[in-house]
Amino acid sequence: MNQMLDSDSASITRRIMDALRLDPVLLSLLIILSLFGSLVLFSASGSDDAIVVRQLTRILVALLLLIAVANIPLRMLRKISIWLYLGGVGLLVAVMFFGEVGKGAQRWLDLGFIRFQPSEILKLAVPMIVATYLANRVLPVGFKELVVSSVLVLIPVVLIARQPDLGTAILVGSAGFFVLFLAGVRWRIIISLGVLFSAMAPLLWKFALHDYQRKRILTLLDPESDPLGSGYHIIQSKIAIGSGGVYGKGWLNGTQSQLDFIPERSTDFIFSVFGEEFGFFGSVVLLLIYLAIIFRGLYIAAHSDENFGRLLAGALSLTFFVYLFVNTGMVAGMLPVVGVPLPLISYGGTSMVTLMMGFGLIMSIRSAKRFLV
Amino acid sequence: MSKREQLKDDYLENRLIRRRLVLAAVFIVILLSLVLGRLYVLQVVEYEHFSTLSDSNRIRIKALPPTRGLIFDRHGVVMANNLPTYRLEIVREQVEDLDATLGQLRKFVEYTEQDLKRFMQSSKRRRPFESIPLRLNLNDEEVARLAVNLHKFEGVEINARLTRNYPQGEHAVHALGYVGRIDERDLGIVDEVDYAGSTHIGKLGLEKFYEHELHGSVGVQQVEVNANGRTLRVLSESPPIQGNNLHLTIDSRLQRIAEEAFAGQTGAAVAIDPNNGEILALVSMPIFNPNLFVNGISYDNYDQLRESPSRPLFNRALSGQYPPGSTTKPFYGLAGLESRVNKKDQEVFCIGYYQLPNEERRYRDWKKEGHGHMNLNGAITQSCDVYFYDLAYRLGIDRMSAFMKQFGFGEKTGVDSTGERRGLLPSREWKQRNEGMIWFPGETLITGIGQGAFLVTPLQLANSTAAFSLKGKRYQPHLVKSVEKIPDYNRIDIASRVASKYQILKPKNWEHVHKAMINVVHGLRGTAHRISQGIQYKVAGKTGTAQVFEVAQDDEYDEETVAEKLRDHALFVSYAPADEPRIAVAVIVENGGHGSSVAAPIARRIMDAYLLEQS
Repeated sequence: MNQMLDSDSASITRRIMDALRLDPVLLSLLIILSLFGSLVLFSASGSDDAIVVRQLTRILVALLLLIAVANIPLRMLRKISIWLYLGGVGLLVAVMFFGEVGKGAQRWLDLGFIRFQPSEILKLAVPMIVATYLANRVLPVGFKELVVSSVLVLIPVVLIARQPDLGTAILVGSAGFFVLFLAGVRWRIIISLGVLFSAMAPLLWKFALHDYQRKRILTLLDPESDPLGSGYHIIQSKIAIGSGGVYGKGWLNGTQSQLDFIPERSTDFIFSVFGEEFGFFGSVVLLLIYLAIIFRGLYIAAHSDENFGRLLAGALSLTFFVYLFVNTGMVAGMLPVVGVPLPLISYGGTSMVTLMMGFGLIMSIRSAKRFLV
Repeated sequence: MSKREQLKDDYLENRLIRRRLVLAAVFIVILLSLVLGRLYVLQVVEYEHFSTLSDSNRIRIKALPPTRGLIFDRHGVVMANNLPTYRLEIVREQVEDLDATLGQLRKFVEYTEQDLKRFMQSSKRRRPFESIPLRLNLNDEEVARLAVNLHKFEGVEINARLTRNYPQGEHAVHALGYVGRIDERDLGIVDEVDYAGSTHIGKLGLEKFYEHELHGSVGVQQVEVNANGRTLRVLSESPPIQGNNLHLTIDSRLQRIAEEAFAGQTGAAVAIDPNNGEILALVSMPIFNPNLFVNGISYDNYDQLRESPSRPLFNRALSGQYPPGSTTKPFYGLAGLESRVNKKDQEVFCIGYYQLPNEERRYRDWKKEGHGHMNLNGAITQSCDVYFYDLAYRLGIDRMSAFMKQFGFGEKTGVDSTGERRGLLPSREWKQRNEGMIWFPGETLITGIGQGAFLVTPLQLANSTAAFSLKGKRYQPHLVKSVEKIPDYNRIDIASRVASKYQILKPKNWEHVHKAMINVVHGLRGTAHRISQGIQYKVAGKTGTAQVFEVAQDDEYDEETVAEKLRDHALFVSYAPADEPRIAVAVIVENGGHGSSVAAPIARRIMDAYLLEQS
């Protein structure tokens, strides 16, 4: 009897999920992660209710948008991708001329009722346009497709990097190139591009990077060399994480975090708060949750019926991983300090919304199948 | 491309994408393992290390401000050094109730609203554990009073810091400039890290121009402190590096003598070694004490300086712009000969005024009754205006301004200090551009005696005179002779740079003007004849009088009735010894009347001091 009820209620949930075109596995993982993130944020913000309430509101809004996106049929997504892309690039150009300068970079566009970063649009628009373009071509991609796709990716990437916003440029760029990678760019091209890039690295170092970006990389190699500037972030972040030990100091008990030693602790450096309070054990659990989300995304990609879905879902999942890797790597002192938030946990509305909408796309791809898995 | 490849094969493509997806998954696992490995090292392997650092809370990082470089004159006399002064500092983190503490401190030591504002501003930029100055320059009594009561205030410290000091006081202030506390305007310019410990920055003059040399590099101390913020031990330290020392071209003895020679009059004097552009003295009168500015000048003192009608803060030597008056005559004289418009023996009959053909207006000579027959030598010696009206008329404005430009008129000299202005060399283009009007012939005439729109700075005038003495070779004037690099005390000489070189067509031409200039001083009828008394070397010079007040056509200028502020400026330029010049001088005495009576004696005093009393 009891069992019957259970399976009944289970099937009801299932039916609701299907009706809303949602993936229950992915959705529950996302909710668990973002709620857990709010707890960490509470601690990182110095027990500030207002911030947590604001973050929870954002999660709710983001989830609603996720559901909305999940209900757009793939056909439609392919159609709007070109407009989304052109609109996004147009806004990036507009930012160059009319954008607001915040913290020394010109990223924001103020439309009167809302202020946002057009670069966020490109995080979704770039993989969508490349996937749309490649979906009907013969795979593995040929030379012409490679060139066209690269141009599509590089235009917004260059515009964003000029703002300068290296973090977002990396995310947008990798989203686009992951589509290409999945579409089977030949290994010899990947390898020769790799070689070319390393050969050009000194030039890029000299001309393409801003002073502060060069400094961050140098600081990474030897944080002690700049303890008054950006090295301070890395030193303090390492102390926070390291002093967490195996089980951590406990929620709200991180001395480094609570005593204001960690800069940007509720945004980009929130993982050091987490590491201090939840320890190595907590970090392993957290990374496993992330891994589960990524693998679910890859699974959906692998089981999609058509190339568009395969490429897009795969690229979005891989980009999500880039977020995670760049952020944790930075906080643990393995990668230079670039402004990439810890996905779904860092305080801040824009990345939360874009990420959730990305997962909405993945869910739409899953629902497009005739037989749901 | 073969035909088979062009057909879409969903099975093959799906397999391809899946292969890539699996590959990506493998990568992800590898990279995440790297992150986990890193976390394992930090949190498990090195746990003890970081735990200690975190428990004892805590590493503090202290910025150690560098000592500012010293400034010496050309003979090694100290012009700027650093002395220890006491300052009241607060570590915010250790203060329970900042407002209460600030209020209570008022009982023991005074601080102004400005001090408080500055304190609050730097609080925002600095980390909570850094000590931030509230009051600088405590006197002994304040230190004693605070020291007795310091135990009542957690987080309040009295620290000794080195502060800029100008042992020469007001002397040479306009050459040196001064440092002041860093304010908002400076913040955008300086590197925040490099200035983390610094409270002062060059605001003016050399101190500002050579800020990058003088400042030095910040040092860092990593210390471990206990929960109360007491330093337990120093973990590591990289000491600050002192700023580089400057050795000036200024001769402080000469500088002082020049300042005293003004005897309280307002004006400026610049002495340059024509052979290399080294500025030997740079005087702007009146002077003021730069030490007042170092620790924040009080409003009273500042108002007094600012409101003073003689404007002591104004650096006349570099920023003051005056009509050059008759000091331009030697240049125009040379221009006339060089362009073959004029001959040295060609005569003009001076009847006390000059008229353009078909024009009513009379252009007057300073000598009402006229000079009679004048050749070039006489016209320079006696400073005949009519002769130069005529010469200007024949030269025309275009040739005049082109020639003067080559001696640096109307251009910045590029001296290594702040606030230099370019003066104004009138020309047809200038007038068209700035006033949108055409050039009138009458303007050519008054430009020919250095009046009208023509403006020069004292430095420019000295430098052009120096260039004249070298037959057209003009050096870029400079105040710093060498930079002494710390820590190895290597002296790097500032190379003398030739700014321009006018090639004289006929050496004789220059000789004629040169001789006339010697006549100005040594000739019986020379306008500066009175300074030749007892002189032991030969001087070439030229007096000048710059009109401040324009006399109406039919009026007469009467020194007695014109208010002092409107009285003419007195000018004098010279170089000596005339045949092998070692010093070129320009003197301007504001509202001093005639160049011969006030400006020339000051120049003589400077030349005497340099050529005869050399230490």
